[in-house]
Order: sequence, then C-alpha cells, then structure tokens
Amino acid sequence: MELYLDLFSQPCRSVYMFAKKNNIPFEFKDIALMNGDHHSEAFGRINQLRKVPALRDEDFCLAESIAIMQYMAEKFKTPDFWYPADLQQRARVNEYLSWQHTAIRMNGSKIFWMRLMMPTVYELEVPQEKMDGAIEDLNTSLTLIEEKFIQDKAFIIGDNISLADLVAIVEIMQPLGAGLDIFEGRPKLSAWRDRVVDAIGKDLFDDAHQKILGAEEAIKHLDKSIVQIFKPKVIRLFL
Amino acid sequence: MSAGRVLEVYLDLLSQPCRAVHILLNCTRIPHRVRTVALRKGEQRTPEFTQLNPMQKVPVLVDDGFVLTESDAILKYLVTKYHAPQHWYPRQPERRARVDEYTAWHHSNTRPHAARVFILEVLVPAQTGSPVDGVVLQRAVAQLDDTLDKLESMFLRRQPFLCGDDVSLADLLALCELMQPLGGDRDVLQNRPQLQRWRSRVQSAVSDAFDHAHSVLYALRDRRKAKL
Repeated sequence: MELYLDLFSQPCRSVYMFAKKNNIPFEFKDIALMNGDHHSEAFGRINQLRKVPALRDEDFCLAESIAIMQYMAEKFKTPDFWYPADLQQRARVNEYLSWQHTAIRMNGSKIFWMRLMMPTVYELEVPQEKMDGAIEDLNTSLTLIEEKFIQDKAFIIGDNISLADLVAIVEIMQPLGAGLDIFEGRPKLSAWRDRVVDAIGKDLFDDAHQKILGAEEAIKHLDKSIVQIFKPKVIRLFL
Repeated sequence: MSAGRVLEVYLDLLSQPCRAVHILLNCTRIPHRVRTVALRKGEQRTPEFTQLNPMQKVPVLVDDGFVLTESDAILKYLVTKYHAPQHWYPRQPERRARVDEYTAWHHSNTRPHAARVFILEVLVPAQTGSPVDGVVLQRAVAQLDDTLDKLESMFLRRQPFLCGDDVSLADLLALCELMQPLGGDRDVLQNRPQLQRWRSRVQSAVSDAFDHAHSVLYALRDRRKAKL
C-alpha cells in the first residue's frame, strides 16, 4: 500500500500518524507541494484532483484523509476506540469530522497562508482587516472545539482518543507553523493537546510535525519561482 | 409509541442538507416525526432550539435522547441503525470508502459552491434589498462550473451514480445542493446532459420523496417568478 504525503499538509499528518501508530505497512511516497510534485502526470493518475493525501492499494486509489483513515481502520482492524463500532460513538466522531471542514480546517489554513505563505512566498500584502477577521474566525473555531466538542471530557468523544482528535490536532497545529501560538491563553486546549500527544506517542507526534514547525525556516530556502503560477489562485482564495 | 421513542428530525426544507435527510427517511420508510424550524423566521435562534443545538443549525436528529447534528453523520447513523438497504452506505470497505470520500469532498466543493450561487442570487438581495452583484455572481457561477466539471469527470466517469452502480447518500447530498439555485430559477445543470441524466436516475431511485422534499424550494421559485 502506498501513501502519497507531504507533511506540510494537515490531513497528511493525521493519515501518517494513524498508519504509523497502528503499524500499518505502507510505502511513503513523498509529494512536495512546494515543488509542484502534485502536478506530475504520474500523480495525476493516482489522484485526478491532485491533492494529498492519497492512498493506493493495488488497483484501489482513494483521496480525502478522513475516508483514507476510515478505510484503513476497517481494513487493518485497528483498535475500536479510533472509530468505534458503537453506533452513537461513531456518530459523534462523524459529527466532528463533518463540522471541522468549514470551521477549524478552513480557518487554521487561512492563518497559515495569510501569515506566512502569502507575504513570504508570493510577496502579497494581506490587509489588516482581513487578517483580523481571519484571527477572529480561528478563535471562534477554537472556542467551539473547547466548549462544544471537548467540554469536560478527556477526548472529543469521551475517555479515549479517536479519529476526531487526530484530525483536530493537526489542523490546530497549523497556525503554529506560521508562528502563531494558539495554545497561549487556552489551558483547556493545551491540556487536551497534551493528552492527545501522549496517546499518539510524543516521538511520532514530533516526527509528523517537524516539517510544519520548521516551515518559516524552510520557506526561506524555497525556489519561489516554481509556485508563482498559483499566485492568481491564491489571490482569489484568500484576498 | 411514547413521545420520547419516536425519532425526531428538526429541519427546514429550504436547507439542502435537511432535504437529503428528509428524502432518506421517506425513501427508507423509517418512522419519524418532522419538527419544522423556519430559518426565514429565525426559529433556529429561539432559546428552546438553542438549547437543543447551540450551533443553531439544522438538521438535528433526536433519537430517544441522542442528539446528533451534521447531515452526513445523521445519514450514516440512520442507514446503519435502521438497516436501510446497503446501497445507501455499503459495508464492503472499498465501496464504503467511495461514499466517505465523496461526503468529505462535498463540504469544501459542491456544498459551498452551489450554496454561494443561491445566496448571492436570492438570499442577499432578499435580505438587503440591493440588486444582485453581477461580477461576484459570475465568479461564483464559474467556480460552481469547475466543481460540476469534477463531478462529471471524476465521480461520474464510467458509473451511473457518484459512488458506484447504485444510488447512495452521496447522490442525495450532492443533488440537494445542486437543486438549490432553482429557488432563483437557475438550473445549474442546464447545459450538462451527463449530470442531467444522473439527476434523473437519482430522482427515479427516490421517486415521490424527491419532489416532496423540494416542494418548498419549488414554491419559492414560483413565488419569485410571479413577482417578475
């Protein structure tokens, strides 16, 4: 089984940690987004959408990190707590996984782009008003995660970690890559993060996040010319 | 049957994800009671509803005390709990993965892009009284077109339904979104015969449940047309 990944990308990190944690054998196929690797003809045959992560298991190709992890959970019979067979618990995991697409995923990504990628790689100035709006949206998502999803529980659906926490943590870590410490002033979120890191294993967590936490440094050495063709799309998406 | 035991769904048929849930319930004949939450009247902001769902969104499912939000979570729960025919959400891992892949992709693609056209063309002018912003609308239509290209070339390539040979949750979610601009009398599938054929297949698969769910949307379209 092959997993096409770029650890700069949040959904790639959750897939990577899930596979590694569960000792699922796979071949790591490195796709460097900032090099435009996802635009190769070969990768286009794996995933027409040209997005990472992507899975290939013989003839079977799959995109979307959530679908990939749900598939691996079933196929490799991972421990029940990741994606419980109990109907209501599973529904709670699905509820979080559904909500997060247009909430924390969108808002965390936006901050990463606005604070780091756009000014550094694309030399685009982000108006303060847009930045303030993005920060406010991110804060709203983080507060909802604390108050609606985690509440007074150890993890999102209860006593055990699940796909919900795995998907949540990678998105929440993204703004840190752009130098924004979203854990500051959020003790509940920080405590949850510590439990999640502990459940995953600190070594694996750090391994998965090494790239994103070094993003500011890595971008300095980037050949920016490769990605300039995406500039109009970036402007359209964020400005 | 005591009130606590009947499955309840809180919904507004003007909302796309609500229609998908409504169609599934009727198609599979799962016994349920509908509780209408009129979004136009702000009923999602009442203290009672807010207590049920602090996010103030529809649809909401209440199953004997178990409260669930998010349409794709609700649909998957219903199919599994009530043993609906497997084609809705197959159990075989590769086939299930196709539905999970679509329902994930849906959130950032079909849903926002189709909704935006309706919002710009119908909701914003209705709420603000100002005319439609043609430039912004054109961009939204172009973005939706791009999504429709992907639906045709990827999901519907070589198969009659989005995730395989038979109708599934994915088709319900997608089609209910693509119907929404009809409220402003815009058929986004107008120049797309492949997607039109898919739409017909989905409508056939769910029969009466489709038009029943879309009655509110059709009425909105007809009211607007009568005003012009």
